[in-house]
Amino acid sequence: MNILQPIGRTALVVCALAGRLANFAASALINTVQPPFYWRAVLQQLLRMGYYSLPVVGLTALFTGGVLALQIYIGSSRFNAENFVANIVALGITRELGPVLAGLMVAGRVSASIAAEIGTMRVTEQIDALTTLSTNPVKYLIVPRVVAAIICLPLLVAVADIIGILGGFLVATQSLDFNPSVYIRSTIDFIEVGDVTSGLIKAAVFGFIIALMGCFNGYYSEGGAQGVGRATTNAVVSASIFILASNYFMTTIFFSE
Amino acid sequence: MNDYKIELSGVSKSFGDKHVLQGLTLNIPTGSSVVVIGGSGTGKSVMLKSILGIVKPDAGSIRIDRQDVTKLSGKDRSKVLSKIGMLFQGAALFDSLPVWQNVSFGLIQGQGVKRKEAREVAIEMLAKVGLGKDVASLSPAELSGGMQKRVGLARAIATHPEIIFFDEPTTGLDPIMADVINDLIVERVQELGATTLSITHDMASARKIADYIAMIYHGKIVWAGAASDIDNSGNEVVDQFIHGRADGPIEIDIKR
Repeated sequence: MNILQPIGRTALVVCALAGRLANFAASALINTVQPPFYWRAVLQQLLRMGYYSLPVVGLTALFTGGVLALQIYIGSSRFNAENFVANIVALGITRELGPVLAGLMVAGRVSASIAAEIGTMRVTEQIDALTTLSTNPVKYLIVPRVVAAIICLPLLVAVADIIGILGGFLVATQSLDFNPSVYIRSTIDFIEVGDVTSGLIKAAVFGFIIALMGCFNGYYSEGGAQGVGRATTNAVVSASIFILASNYFMTTIFFSE
Repeated sequence: MNDYKIELSGVSKSFGDKHVLQGLTLNIPTGSSVVVIGGSGTGKSVMLKSILGIVKPDAGSIRIDRQDVTKLSGKDRSKVLSKIGMLFQGAALFDSLPVWQNVSFGLIQGQGVKRKEAREVAIEMLAKVGLGKDVASLSPAELSGGMQKRVGLARAIATHPEIIFFDEPTTGLDPIMADVINDLIVERVQELGATTLSITHDMASARKIADYIAMIYHGKIVWAGAASDIDNSGNEVVDQFIHGRADGPIEIDIKR
């Protein structure tokens, strides 16, 4: 009996957490379509999440594209398939690496920032103050962040796709002696609209996950500075895991023949 | 019929096996200033949060203007909350907004007042709590504790509420600044004609701002009466608390 007790208790805690998260997500989505709308807050978040994430996402994509070209060249040269470098770089970046790596980098940057900000507001009673000022905290704090992240991530991934392919192009043409025009032609001919749009749809889902996990962990943080620190860590870890897991399921849905 | 603005009847609230409020009953007459005194962890803040709807009581009723607010949600709750202003213990100013937007937050978001007009009202409110126009553009982080409390008070009165709550209004302030805050509270509340409920363990503050004082102990009101009667309450718990004695019926669990 003693062995079963902690298992049961853990199961209850996990179920309660899942229920609370589902409720929170539903509340965020419902409030997204119900007025009032805080457009000014959405614009602020677009700037903070999107514009300021551009350097980190751009650099990640550039180096990933470069290293992808290098590794594919080394691997494919074993069976004389070097001609596929451009195709595989484009496919890998647009379908998987662009959205996933941009999602993970933004999760580290934005999810942590949201959790810390909202968590601090929670422990300093600023969220209670919003309630006393007849303002729904979910509408004022959560919805703008969720909306901004859903808009931002596809835009960031579109930029990451271009820079990632550029990274592959630079390495291929500067280090591996590929002909630039052949490389570009090969990329354009091979890539399909579905490859790009699937990545952008994934990015929108990742944006929702990033904002949701940051907001959820911050909103329910407790216990002062330590609680805010814990919320920040949990936000990044949970957002990263959900991004990787949801990516697998979306890939299964999009590309299962 | 009694003219009570706020009526709490048999309010109970537990967190796990910790019973914070245990059938608390308290009536607050319209236009009066009631101060609830009590030690740390006796349920003062939970009582305030229950009235505001931030905490949902397990049992009992809370009526504002004879309307039970424990069952309200959405627009009905917002309507009730629009009657209320609150000064938080740590001021709870929004870090991301300048002082004037903090003060006029309820006007802009709650009442749809235009930003230009709201800024003028904010400067007027800041003047009422003894702060100059130059403070309006500062960030809350640039203010001292006393100034933050005054900005919090300006925010609480900016919407001309019928009810104002003060959560430990003088905690963390030096005695002179605490007295300044007490004076401001008395002046502004008289000007508004509002009903106020304050919670504090600062007896100097309680004596200054209260018409009535109630003592909370173990989640219940153990004594309530006119502020002038507090020294002759005949209640051992109240006597021990107001004189700050370690010996008495209130036992503090200290492990030596």
